[in-house]
Amino acid sequence: MSKITGSQAIVKCLHEEGIDTIFGFPGGAVIDLYDELLDSDIKHVLVRHEQGAVHAADGYARATGKVGVALLTSGPGATNGVTAIATAYMDSIPIVVFTGQVPRVLIGNDAFQEVDIVGITRPCTKHNYLVSDPKELVSTIREAFYLAASGRPGPVLIDLPKDVVASMMSFPEKKPIKMQTYQPTMEPHPGQIAKACKSCLKAKRPVLYIGGGVILSNANKELTELAEKLNTPVTMTLMGLGGFPGTNPLSLGMLGMHGSYASNMAVAKSDLLIAVGARFDDRVTGRLDAFAPHAEIIHVDIDPTSISKNVDVDIPIVADCKHALRAMNSWFDDSKQFDAETTRDKHQPWVNQVQEWNEKHPLTYREEGDIIKPQYVIEVLNRLTKGDAIITTEVGQNQMWAAQFYKFNKPRRLLTSGGLGTMGYGLPAAIGAKLAFPEATVIDVAGDGSIQMNIQELATARQYGAKVKVAILNNNYLGMVRQWQELFYNKRYSATIMEVTPDFVELARAYGAVGLRAKTKDEVEPVIKEALATDNLVIMDFAISREEGVFPMVPAGKATTEMLLV
Amino acid sequence: MKHTLSVLLQNKPGALSRVTGLFSGRGFNIESLCVAETLDPKVSCMTLVTRGDNSIVEQITKQLHKLIDVIKVTDITEGEFVEREMVLIRVKAEANTRAEVLRIIDIFRGKVVDVSPTTYTVEITGPESKVKAVIDILRPIGIKEIIRTGTIAMARAPKK
Ligand SMILES: Cc1ncc(C[n+]2csc(CCOP(=O)(O)OP(=O)(O)O)c2C)c(N)n1
Ligand SMILES: [Mg+2]
Repeated sequence: MSKITGSQAIVKCLHEEGIDTIFGFPGGAVIDLYDELLDSDIKHVLVRHEQGAVHAADGYARATGKVGVALLTSGPGATNGVTAIATAYMDSIPIVVFTGQVPRVLIGNDAFQEVDIVGITRPCTKHNYLVSDPKELVSTIREAFYLAASGRPGPVLIDLPKDVVASMMSFPEKKPIKMQTYQPTMEPHPGQIAKACKSCLKAKRPVLYIGGGVILSNANKELTELAEKLNTPVTMTLMGLGGFPGTNPLSLGMLGMHGSYASNMAVAKSDLLIAVGARFDDRVTGRLDAFAPHAEIIHVDIDPTSISKNVDVDIPIVADCKHALRAMNSWFDDSKQFDAETTRDKHQPWVNQVQEWNEKHPLTYREEGDIIKPQYVIEVLNRLTKGDAIITTEVGQNQMWAAQFYKFNKPRRLLTSGGLGTMGYGLPAAIGAKLAFPEATVIDVAGDGSIQMNIQELATARQYGAKVKVAILNNNYLGMVRQWQELFYNKRYSATIMEVTPDFVELARAYGAVGLRAKTKDEVEPVIKEALATDNLVIMDFAISREEGVFPMVPAGKATTEMLLV
Repeated sequence: MKHTLSVLLQNKPGALSRVTGLFSGRGFNIESLCVAETLDPKVSCMTLVTRGDNSIVEQITKQLHKLIDVIKVTDITEGEFVEREMVLIRVKAEANTRAEVLRIIDIFRGKVVDVSPTTYTVEITGPESKVKAVIDILRPIGIKEIIRTGTIAMARAPKK
C-alpha cells in the first residue's frame, strides 16, 4: 500500500467523516497540516482567538447535529481553547479538537510552546489522546469522531506531535468501530418502559421535565407525541428549549432559577415527574429536598452517572432518549390499558390548574414609558423572525431574557452555554451556525459585558461573510451579577459597573459591519427591521433600562416555589 | 462504609491519572490504591479502597465505568473476598528489646528482612486489620519508618 503523510491522512479522515468546514488558528506545531489544507477542499475558517475557533465549532455542531472540528496550535493555542472545550463538555456537544504538539523527542522537556494539553483537558473532555505512534493516527481520529458523536456526546481532543504528522504512514480501510470498553446503551429495558408507562397511567398530575438530551438525540417528535398522547404539561431546562414547541398549549417554558411560575409550581405539585435527557442541575432543582417532593420520578438518560446523582429516581431508564420515548409511545399504542380519551380527560383538570398558574403569573415585565425593556426587544425579535431564527446568547441577564421571551418551536434554534455559562460564547457560536446555514437568520443576543470577551470574532464574521446580527442589550452593567448584588448584597455594586464601554456603533463600523442604535422604545422595531433587512454583519445596540432584573427568580439554595416575582 | 473496588483498565499512559483525577475532581476519597499489570499486559488491575455511603459508592462506580479506558469495575465488598496488604516496618531493636520484637514478629508470622545494630526491618502480610494490629503493638517499642503497599483484594472463587 502506498504511504501518505500524517497531514494527508488527517485530511482524508476529515473527508471520511463528512467534514467540510473546520475552525482554527495556525502556529509552528501545526504548520505542516496547514500546508496540506491549502491543497484540500476543506474550508478552513481563520478565527481571531482560539476560544472563538472551538466555540464556532461548537455552534456549528449544535445547529447541525454533526461533529464540529477545531484545529489549534500547541501551547498557548491549545490553552486558549480550554474554556471553549469545557463549555462543550458541560453541554455534551460533539466536537473534535486537534492540537499541535512539540515533536515526540521534546515532549517533557519544557520545549518552546509545549504544554501538557492532554493533562489539562482530561477533566473537561469526554476522552483525549496523545498520538505517540504514527501507526495509530488514523485509528485514533476515527475513534475520536465515534466517541464525540455517540452515546452522551462530548468534546474529544487529539494532540498531534509535529513529527507524527510529518511521518509517512499507510491509510487502512475504515471498518465499523467496536470498542470493548465503550458500549453506550441505546435501547431501553422493556421492563422499565412498562413500569414507567404504568406509572403514567396511574398519575393524576404528571409533568414532563426535558433537557438537552432530547435535542441531542433528535427526539423532539417522539417527545411531542408522548406529551400530547398523555395530555401532560412539558417544562424545559435551558438546554431543552425547542425540544418541545414553545407555543404548544402544553408548554410551560423553562423551569428552575429563572423558570416560569407555572413550571416551578407544576413540578412542586406533581405526582409524577418524567425527566427526559435532563440532569437535575442545581439551577433547576433549587433546594433539593423541596424539589418535586410528592412525585414519583422516572428518569430517562443515556448516561448512567446522571441517574440518581442528585435526586433519587424511582424508575431509571438508561437509553437514548429517542429510543426510550419511541418505546413508551408504542407501549401505549399497543396497550389495552391505555385509552387516549380517558387519559386526556383524567389529566385535564391538572392541565387546567397549570394553565391557571400561568395566567395568574405569566412571564411578564413592567412597561416604563419610553424606556427600552430588554424583554420587549426579545419579543420584537421573536415576532419579526416568526420564532424561527437561530438564537445564540452570551451569558447573564441577556441569556435569561432570550430564554424566557423567545418562543422556540424547533430544536437546535437556541445555542447557549448552559452548563458552564461562558461569557463570550454567543458571537463565535453564531458564526459557526451561520456558516452551517448561510440562509438562516442568526442572532446573538448579547450583553455589553459578554460581547467584549470575543468581540474580535467580528473580523472572522466579516472575512467569511457570516452575516450574523448581534443584539446587545446594553445596560452598562455586568447585569446578572449586579442583580445579585442588588438583591443579596445591599446594592453594593462591586466591580459590576462598566465605566468604559466602547461605542458599539462605531466599533461595528471599524469592523466593516453596520452599527444601529435604539435609545427609545419606538426605535426598537425599526432598528430590528433594518438589521434583518441589511445584507451585512450588524450590531444593534439597545440602551435598555439599566437596572432591570430577571424574574421570576429563585434565590440560590431556596425551594423553587419560593420565587421572587416581577 | 469502606468499599474495595477492583478496576480493570487499559494499560495506557494517562489511564491511571484519569482515575485519580476523577477522585480528586469529584471530591471522592481514596484510602489506598494499588495497580499493576494483569496476565494480559495490555490490561492493568487496580484495587482501590474508598469510603462513602451507598449512593456515593454507586456514583463512584458509575463514573469509573464511564471512563473510556476502564474495562470493568467490581465492588468486591459486595461478596466474599480475600484481601492482603504488605507492610515493611523498621523498628528499634536494641539489646533490651531485640528478643521481644522477634517474638511479636513471630506471632504475626512476619519476617525480618534487614538487620542493623539498632533496628530490625520486618515484613508483615495480611488483611488490613492485621497490619494495623502489628503497628499498634510495635509502636511503643519505637517504629522508625513504615511503608505500606495498600490493599489488594480478590473475590473468592465460587464454591461450586
Ligand atoms: C467568562 C465568565 N466570566 C464571568 C462570569 C460571571 N458572570 C455571569 S453573568 C455576568 C455578567 C454579564 O454581563 P453582560 O454580558 O453585560 O450581561 P447582562 O447580565 O448585563 O445581560 C458575569 C460577569 C461568566 N459567566 N463567564
Ligand atoms: Mg450588561
